[in-house]
Amino acid sequence: MTKFRMTRRGILKGAGAGLVTLGAPYVFTKGAWAEEFCNDPSKGRVVFGFNVPQTGSYTEEGLDQLKGYQLAVKHINGEGDGGILNTLKPVALKGNGLLGRKVEYVTGDTQTNTDVARDGARRMIERDGAIMVSGCVTSAEAIAQQSLCQEMGVIYMSGLTHSNDTTGKDKRRYGFRHFFNAYQSGVAIAPILAQEYGTERRAYHLTADYTWGWTQEESIKAATEALGWETVATVRTPLGLGDYSQYLTPVLNSGADVLILNHYGHDMVNSLPQATQFGLRDRQANGKNFEIIVPMFSELMAVGAGDAVKGIIGTSNWHWALEDEGTKAFTKSYGEEYGAPPSQSSHTGYVQAILYADAVERAGTFYPPEVIKALEGFEFDGAGNGPTLYRDSDHQCFKEVLVVRGNENPSSKFDVLNVIGKTPRDKVTYDPSIFGGELGPYEPNQC
Amino acid sequence: MNAFLAQLLNGLDKGGAYALIALGLTLVFGTLGVVNFAHGALFMLGCFCAVTFRYLITLETVTIDPENLSPWGTPVEVRTPLVQNWFGDFGAVLVDYSVPISILLAVPAMLVIGIAMERGIIKHFYKRSHAEQILVTFGLAIVLQEIVKSFFGANPIPQPIPSDLRSAADIGVWLGMDPHTLTYPWWRIVYLAFSAVVIGGVFAFLQFTTFGMVVRAGMADRETVGVLGIDIDRRFTIVFGLAAVVAGVAGVMYTPLLAPNYQLGMDFLVLSFVVVVVGGMGSLGGAVAAGFLLGILQSFASMTEVKSLVPGIDQVVIYLVAVVILLVRPRGLMGRRGIMEN
Repeated sequence: MTKFRMTRRGILKGAGAGLVTLGAPYVFTKGAWAEEFCNDPSKGRVVFGFNVPQTGSYTEEGLDQLKGYQLAVKHINGEGDGGILNTLKPVALKGNGLLGRKVEYVTGDTQTNTDVARDGARRMIERDGAIMVSGCVTSAEAIAQQSLCQEMGVIYMSGLTHSNDTTGKDKRRYGFRHFFNAYQSGVAIAPILAQEYGTERRAYHLTADYTWGWTQEESIKAATEALGWETVATVRTPLGLGDYSQYLTPVLNSGADVLILNHYGHDMVNSLPQATQFGLRDRQANGKNFEIIVPMFSELMAVGAGDAVKGIIGTSNWHWALEDEGTKAFTKSYGEEYGAPPSQSSHTGYVQAILYADAVERAGTFYPPEVIKALEGFEFDGAGNGPTLYRDSDHQCFKEVLVVRGNENPSSKFDVLNVIGKTPRDKVTYDPSIFGGELGPYEPNQC
Repeated sequence: MNAFLAQLLNGLDKGGAYALIALGLTLVFGTLGVVNFAHGALFMLGCFCAVTFRYLITLETVTIDPENLSPWGTPVEVRTPLVQNWFGDFGAVLVDYSVPISILLAVPAMLVIGIAMERGIIKHFYKRSHAEQILVTFGLAIVLQEIVKSFFGANPIPQPIPSDLRSAADIGVWLGMDPHTLTYPWWRIVYLAFSAVVIGGVFAFLQFTTFGMVVRAGMADRETVGVLGIDIDRRFTIVFGLAAVVAGVAGVMYTPLLAPNYQLGMDFLVLSFVVVVVGGMGSLGGAVAAGFLLGILQSFASMTEVKSLVPGIDQVVIYLVAVVILLVRPRGLMGRRGIMEN
């Protein structure tokens, strides 16, 4: 019978061996203790969730955005000509997938409806295992989805959203916006308005009655009043109204000489031609030609508005006819794939998917806090908008903003807008505190 | 005063559209007893008759110019309109007036669609409950709008006003005011006149023709007309087709005011039902009167002076009127006693 004898040397040897045995895995998987997160692709597939309106008021914009996402996944996986991967600087993506693995995607239809958008994003995360969700055509969809993604610990790269609130009072640590916002529209358009229409004008606003309309009206009103313009009236119109006649007739005798339409999508497609039919652009008021302004323009909606868009000034996030290398690369890839030039909706979707993938590649992990840190403060160029900063304090992209005018002599059905001005990035940069909001924590929740 | 007159014109114009759509809806209910939730879709199909006609009349020959490349690297397409090649200046006029001319396409097309809809689906639901009729016609409306979406896409497709009618009429001058104090778009004036002509035509048809007399008799007492050996069902089928034509031509002429999209029918469906309920289910005169009444009320409610007193009233006024009418006079303004009163 062996007798167990406990000695001081034996205890020290045993404790040392035990510590080495138990600690070894932590040495070889450094940081792994922290990387327990929602839909970790190391345990399955790399899935992106693209949630856009495929039915409802903004269907065309949503479908075009989806085309941008699909093209981005092709390029990330090394298919096609690579698009802006050839022009983006700096770039970590190698065209061999994400961290060496092929990217897959699922799609959803938000129906241009906030609740459906949120439900779709939840389904993508819970059922399809999406590591990143992207897409929207209204700010309400964006805000709803990024709040959900913050709760679930999944990064949300927004699509087309222009409200100040998205990266203002409703900003989230897990939400990022490439698209410009209403404040930037106001700052960009103001000097061109002064140059074209002078500094003594009386403006009448018709505004879509929801979050985007309110912030756009506020921003444009502030920018034009800073020029010396007087605001005669701000009238809210129901979202989705078809016939604007009862809101247009009061403009005639209001004393205004400028009508500002804070409308987007179908609202703009209807209100702008109707304003033209009422003869507003043929009128003289206060000794000046009566003018109409649409501060936020989209190529697809300009096509919808037909001839009424000719000569109308507005702002845009991007245009396919820009001359920089990033724009040329994306327009060529997209044109070859789909036989038409891309819209700003498809461009922002494409760029967002590429930027997320590049951040993962730079971070060397899918762990959201590390990816977020890779995106925060990221300076890049070659994506179509010139030098661009993803600001860390509010997750808003800062880049030059385009001022556009409806083309008087279009050479094709795609040639609806001309770029008449570019407002540099430093001019549209603002103090993030003016819109308030809190980003929230980095640490992810478990979905 | 100017603002009042302008809103009165707006109201009449809106009312004309409401009355035209509601007229067909109440005609179908009055004859067939069917609550047709696909009636808005018929208005939408009429809009797309105009879109189709314009598409056909602006067909182009496309030649590829390999010398010039588009920004995305494909050869540029050179397009030449066929109709202008064939007919010269007259071809240009046809293109310019494509909207009113497309009524010639819309009338037979909508008649066929209406009759096919009635014979193919609606007739099987005559003896079913109103709830079942609503379900089947609502489903039909969704199917129709999805078909249109698959062919024409989801974006609105603007239709041009003929160039002679693109400006605004200086109505103020006609009334002795200073120039430009009261202007109103010519096309809206044309639409108002068109509504009046169509409404008058439908009433005259039902009032002064033998066919109309039989239909009115059938509306009053279907069994007795049948006992007299008249095939009232066949006439009611034609009435359904007529209702489709009225909704369709209303849609055709509305396209320059509101760019057609596949959802347009749903937008007008609710409004037209409110009009029919306020006017009285099955009452033709009621539909017309309620259409104009609600159009005018809606316009006045959106005046700044009114909205400053009751914010948001412009968005709810017609529903408020409907609630009041249903409480005070459940059969509607001109509805018959006992029809949908409970």
